[in-house]
Amino acid sequence: MSVFVHKESRVIIQGFTGQHATFHAEEAMQNGTTVVGGVTPGKGGQTHLDLPVFDTVEQAVAETGADVSGIFVPPPFAADAIMEALEAGIGVIVVIADGIPVQDMVRVKRYAAGRDAVIIGPNTPGIITPGGCKVGIMPSHIYTPGRIGVVSRSGTLNYEAVQQMSALGMGQSTSVGIGGDPVNGTDFVTVLQAFEDDPETDAVIMIGEIGGQQEVEAAVVGFVAGVSAPPGRRMGHAGAIISGESDTATAKMDRMEDLGVHVVRNPALIGETANRVFS
Amino acid sequence: MNIHEYQAKELLKNYGVPVPDGRVAHNVDNAVAVAEGLGGDRWIVKAQIHAGGRGKGGGVKLASSLDDVRSLTDQMIGSHLVTPQTGKNGRLVQRVLIEQACDIQQEYYLGMVIDRATQRITVIASASGGMDIEEVARTSPEKVIREAVDPAVGLMGFQCRKIAAKIGLTGKQIGEAAKLMQALYRAFREKDALLAEINPLAIVNGGSLLAVDAKMNFDGNALYRRPQITELRDFDEEDPKEVEATGHGLNYIALDGNVGCIVNGAGLAMATMDAISFHGGKPANFLDVGGGASPEKVGNAFRIVLQDPNVKIILVNIFAGINRCDWIAEGLVQAMRDLEINVPIVVRLAGTNVELGGPILAESGFPFIMADNLDDAATKVMETLEAQS
Repeated sequence: MSVFVHKESRVIIQGFTGQHATFHAEEAMQNGTTVVGGVTPGKGGQTHLDLPVFDTVEQAVAETGADVSGIFVPPPFAADAIMEALEAGIGVIVVIADGIPVQDMVRVKRYAAGRDAVIIGPNTPGIITPGGCKVGIMPSHIYTPGRIGVVSRSGTLNYEAVQQMSALGMGQSTSVGIGGDPVNGTDFVTVLQAFEDDPETDAVIMIGEIGGQQEVEAAVVGFVAGVSAPPGRRMGHAGAIISGESDTATAKMDRMEDLGVHVVRNPALIGETANRVFS
Repeated sequence: MNIHEYQAKELLKNYGVPVPDGRVAHNVDNAVAVAEGLGGDRWIVKAQIHAGGRGKGGGVKLASSLDDVRSLTDQMIGSHLVTPQTGKNGRLVQRVLIEQACDIQQEYYLGMVIDRATQRITVIASASGGMDIEEVARTSPEKVIREAVDPAVGLMGFQCRKIAAKIGLTGKQIGEAAKLMQALYRAFREKDALLAEINPLAIVNGGSLLAVDAKMNFDGNALYRRPQITELRDFDEEDPKEVEATGHGLNYIALDGNVGCIVNGAGLAMATMDAISFHGGKPANFLDVGGGASPEKVGNAFRIVLQDPNVKIILVNIFAGINRCDWIAEGLVQAMRDLEINVPIVVRLAGTNVELGGPILAESGFPFIMADNLDDAATKVMETLEAQS
């Protein structure tokens, strides 16, 4: 099955006609993703990449039966776009934008409460089920179909781990980036539970970073970035900040280890450790 | 983005939060004039720097005469104030806040944050005022009151009264505290704050509440819609290298090691620092060149990293997704031509167009030390450093 997105997913892109959206929609289609159209307000009725463009998500869903949306609109408009997708009944919403005001996400989370939808991100590379469906900006070619789930905050560190895995012949069921923001749509626990319930996922690699407490709650093989990060400084990601002793990478990895997680202390050995543990 | 205490108090006053009478002064004469204008016979002189713990460093003093105001201001302005949060070099004091002194009968803590666990704006209050709230939470967690705000309705009156009662306020102070909390919440919401702290919130002579200290931090991602807050930014409080980096679209944070790092992506940048540390080295900086790194951006990254005299070697670690390795490689070669680079450079490239990037570096004639993967890169950094010493 994989988690959240798969071969049967019908994807629309919000902010479809923008440069990045166009590039990544095309790349995703070349790698097997079923993109059925997109939304750019004011351009409804036009055609883009041979697909229909709509003014609203509601129209797009009615015409195409879309159930997944990739949001590529700029940060100031992202909260509105997410709520529009929620209201239109989209089940999986992937938010790429980096730089959404935190209080906007607080309101989005409230709006999403009680609705049966998964929001991935913001500030995420996206989600990919190799060979089935990709909604995001990651390079498809480093991923290979397989039975290991990957969940991370960061984009490039996710690529790093996946390449280490692929080099050792370990493929991925689905790879999910939950994003680097302090208030995010879906947390590690929700993704880990989804992997747990997925018969096509045998094991999970989790890659966290400093800040917050989500990482320690569960995983199989885990790494937390930021052992060498100073306290009180935001390390690139809005959410990557040590605000207390329990936020540090070492504290999180220690607690994961106590819970029976195989913790990797050297980020260069994520793939190797996973290979040893899983085989 | 942080602001000074005097700026936070000005802002909160406009929202109806009671603060002491006071004004900022940039020199000694100015300070004395402010004190005279305020009247009374005792004043507080407070050094204005962004770091906390000023009292412990001697940055908050009581003046019992105008002469005291003069001499204390003279001592503070131009000095480097060292507090537990500034590091050993301290921060240059360029202005002081002069306030009328007040008699404090009782101190409380009141704060607001965006709590990562509830993912909501959360009020934090405690009867243990004037102390570090994290310390209180560690030693006596039962003394820390938390109340999350439902964004659909905002901070309700009943929640404020509940908090006030829990920290031990009684009588008319409950209503006063509720009004103050709602004023603070409005400021927090309307200005896109990430943190607001009134510590201490005091009961002064006559029994009324007063925000004796105030600290606010704002969401950098929301500044586009908060021009008033943007104007409060004080570049003197920031590392000039970090300010320059931000101007070039780079994310740079200075650290105290000797291995310069140029990486794409925040997570990989942290992991690269960790890999160096794991092999016994010390990173000189965090630097994320971001997506879409042009050759110019790579050149700027080198310029900024090399401004740090401690840098003995540079590790470039790029995993290109949106980026392209050939562009990065061109940027590297260009930087070698344009800049005087006297330190060895270890390069690890992976991802999009890696097959084009390697040859560009090899054919350039510059002595790049090529690494196959992250572990190899960290190992080569350490080997090269050892060979140098």
